Amino acid sequence: MDTSPYALPAVILVSLVTVAISTYGVRLARTTSDFLVASRTISPSWNAAAIGGEYLSAASFLGIAGLVMKFGVDVLWYPVGFAAGYLALLLFVAAPLRRSGAFTLPDFAEARLGSRRLRALATAFVVFIGWLYLVPQFQGAGLTLGTVTGAPYWVGAVVVAAVVTGNVASGGMRSITFVQAFQYWLKLTAIAFPVAFLLLHWGADGRPALAPPDKPAFAEVTEVSVDEPITVTVGEPTTVTVRGRVDSERRDGPFTLTAGGHRIEKGTTVTFPAGAAVPHVEGVEALDGASWLAPVNDGGSRALFGTYSLILATFLGTMGLPHVLVRFYTNPDGGAARRTTLVVLALLGGFYLFPAVYGVLGRVYAPQLLMTGDTDAVVLVLPGAALGGIAGELLGGLVAAGAFAAFLSTASGLLVSVAGVLSTDVLGRGSVRDFRRAALVAGLVPLALALQVSGLDVSQVVGLAFAVAASSFCPLLVLGIWWRGLTDIGAAAGLAVGGGAAVSAVLVAVAGPALTGWPAALVAQPAAWSVPLAFATMVTVSLATQHRVPAAVGATMLRMHTPEALRLRLPDERGWPR
Amino acid sequence: MSEPSDPPRALPAKPQRVRVVLADSARSRRPVRPRQELEEQTRVGDVLVRGLVRAQLALALRLAALVAIGLGSLPLLFAVAPNVARVTVVGIRLPWLLLGLFAYPFLVAIGWVYTRMAERNERDFAELVEKS
Repeated sequence: MDTSPYALPAVILVSLVTVAISTYGVRLARTTSDFLVASRTISPSWNAAAIGGEYLSAASFLGIAGLVMKFGVDVLWYPVGFAAGYLALLLFVAAPLRRSGAFTLPDFAEARLGSRRLRALATAFVVFIGWLYLVPQFQGAGLTLGTVTGAPYWVGAVVVAAVVTGNVASGGMRSITFVQAFQYWLKLTAIAFPVAFLLLHWGADGRPALAPPDKPAFAEVTEVSVDEPITVTVGEPTTVTVRGRVDSERRDGPFTLTAGGHRIEKGTTVTFPAGAAVPHVEGVEALDGASWLAPVNDGGSRALFGTYSLILATFLGTMGLPHVLVRFYTNPDGGAARRTTLVVLALLGGFYLFPAVYGVLGRVYAPQLLMTGDTDAVVLVLPGAALGGIAGELLGGLVAAGAFAAFLSTASGLLVSVAGVLSTDVLGRGSVRDFRRAALVAGLVPLALALQVSGLDVSQVVGLAFAVAASSFCPLLVLGIWWRGLTDIGAAAGLAVGGGAAVSAVLVAVAGPALTGWPAALVAQPAAWSVPLAFATMVTVSLATQHRVPAAVGATMLRMHTPEALRLRLPDERGWPR
Repeated sequence: MSEPSDPPRALPAKPQRVRVVLADSARSRRPVRPRQELEEQTRVGDVLVRGLVRAQLALALRLAALVAIGLGSLPLLFAVAPNVARVTVVGIRLPWLLLGLFAYPFLVAIGWVYTRMAERNERDFAELVEKS
C-alpha cells in the first residue's frame, strides 16, 4: 500500500508530545484525588476539548469513512448517534450526576441505592464494557502502524498499549486532561485540513462523478498489491497483469479474471487497465452508484430494524460508557457539567462533518480498497492516492498522526476509568500505588485479547460496546436520577437481564455460529430489544420490592436536582462524597 | 395503712402550670420558610423538590421527543417514500444533506435550548428559596 514517508515520524512525534505533556502534568498530580478526578478544577473549555479528544476513537477517525465508502448513506447514523449520545447525556444525566458527587458508576449505584452487591455488579459491567472497547483500539493501532510502516500487526498494538499504560500509571487523570485536549485539536486539524485540499483537487480534476451509474471502476491504470490473502468477487471478465499467485497457480503476465470468485495470495500484485470494474472482497456487495446513494439498500424490514437498533444503541449507550462519565466529576458544579456537555456536542458535530467526505472521495480515488477489504484505511491512503507528490505525502503524515492520537486518547480514557474502578473495588482500596497496579492489569488483559483476535471487525465491536452500555447503565442512570421508586433489587435485576442479554448477543456475534435472517439481525444489533427489556425489568422488579426504596431517597433527589448555589445544609447522608 | 412494699408517697406537690396553645394557630402565624423546609426535609420541602424534578424531567422529555421526531422519523420516511430520498438540494441528495450536515446544528440547538431552560427552572427555584 502506498503511504507517506512522513507517516512514521508523525506517529512518533504524536507519541513523544503525549508523553511530554503528561510529564508536565505529573508534577501537578500528588494525591489520589488528583489522579482520579483532577481535583475538579479544570475549566469547561479544557474539559470539553478533553472529553471530545477522549471520545473520538478509531471508530470515529477511521471507521466511519471506511463504512461510508462500503455502504453509503445508511452508516451516517453512526456519527449522528455518537454526537446525539451527548445530547441524551445532557438532557438526562449531566448536572444531576455531577451533583450526586459520586466518582464512578459503581459509586453512583451504591450511594443511590445503598447496596454493596449492586456495586459489585456495576463494577463487573464497567470492566467488561471498558475492555470490550479497548480491544478494537489496540487492534486499530496494530492495523494502522502495519499500514504506514509494514510492521507486523502485534507491534502497533503493543506500542500503543505500552505508551498508554505507562502514561496512565504515571500521571493519572490530571495529565490525561491536558493530553486529551491537545489530541482533540490535533484530530480535528488532521481530518479537516486535508479535506480542503481533497475537495480543491476534485474540483480541479473536472469533478468526476461521485456516484456513477455503474459499479466502481479504476479511473486509470492501477497496480494493487495484496498484503493479506483475499478472495474477491469479479463482476465481469477482466484482463489484468498478475505477478504472484492467483487461484493457487503462479502467474507472471496477462491473465483474464473470469466472473466469479478468485483467491489472491499474499505478496501478489495485480495491475488493472483504466476503466476496469473493481472486484470486491468476498462478503462486501458491490454497490452501483444509485444503491450506494440511497438509504436502506436491501433487506427491507431487517435493515430498518438494524438502523433503529443502531440509533438506540448510540443515542443511549454514550451515557453508559465508563470513560465518558468519569469526566463529569472534573466539573466544579452541575451547571458547569451542563455547559461542558453542550460545548462537547458542538465540538463533536464539527468533527463529524469531515470523515464522510473521505468515504465519498475514496470511491473515486482509492477504489482498490474495496478489493483488498482495507476500507478502514481510506483516511490514511486517500491524500496520497488523490493528490500525490509532496502535498499528498505531508497530508498523509498528518492523518496518520491524527489516527494515532485517536487510539492513544480513547485508550487512555478507558484505561483510567477501568483502572480507577479496579483499584478501588477489586485490587485495593484506591491508593496511588493500587491505581498504578490496576492500570497495568487494565492494560494487559485487553492487549492479550487484541493479540488473539486480529480478524475481529473493529466497527462491529464498537457498536456492541455501545449496545451493552445502553442496556445496562443507561436505565440505571436515568431511573436512578429521575424515579424515586427504584430499588436495589430492581436495578440489579435490570442490569442482569438487560445487560446480560446484550452481553450474550456480543458473545454469540463474536464467537458463536454464523447466523442468517432475523436471528442474525437481532444479535448483530441487539439494542432495540435489550434496552426496552432492561428498562421494563428494572421498573417491574422495583415496583414489586417497594419496601426496599432507600429511606434517604428524598435527600438524594434534593442533592441531585437543586442548584449548589443555594448552599442547602443537609444532615450528611452516609456514602455521598462531597 | 398501706402495704410495706408500697413506694413511699411523695407529698402532694403543687400542680405545675402547663401552658396550652393551639398548635394550628402557631403554625399558621409562622411564614413558610422554604430553605428551612428543604433542609429539614419536611413534607413542604419534599413537595418543592418534586416540583423542580418534575419540571426538569418534563423539559428533558419534551426536547427528547423533538429529537425522536426530527431525526428518528427519517429512516422510516426514506423507507416508506423512497422518492423523498431522491430529492436533490444544491446537488446533494436529501438524506446525505440531512444526516451529514444538518443533524449536528439541530442537536446543538436542542442542547442550547435545554441548557437555557434548565437553568431558568433552577433560577426560579432558587428565587423561591431565597425570597423567604
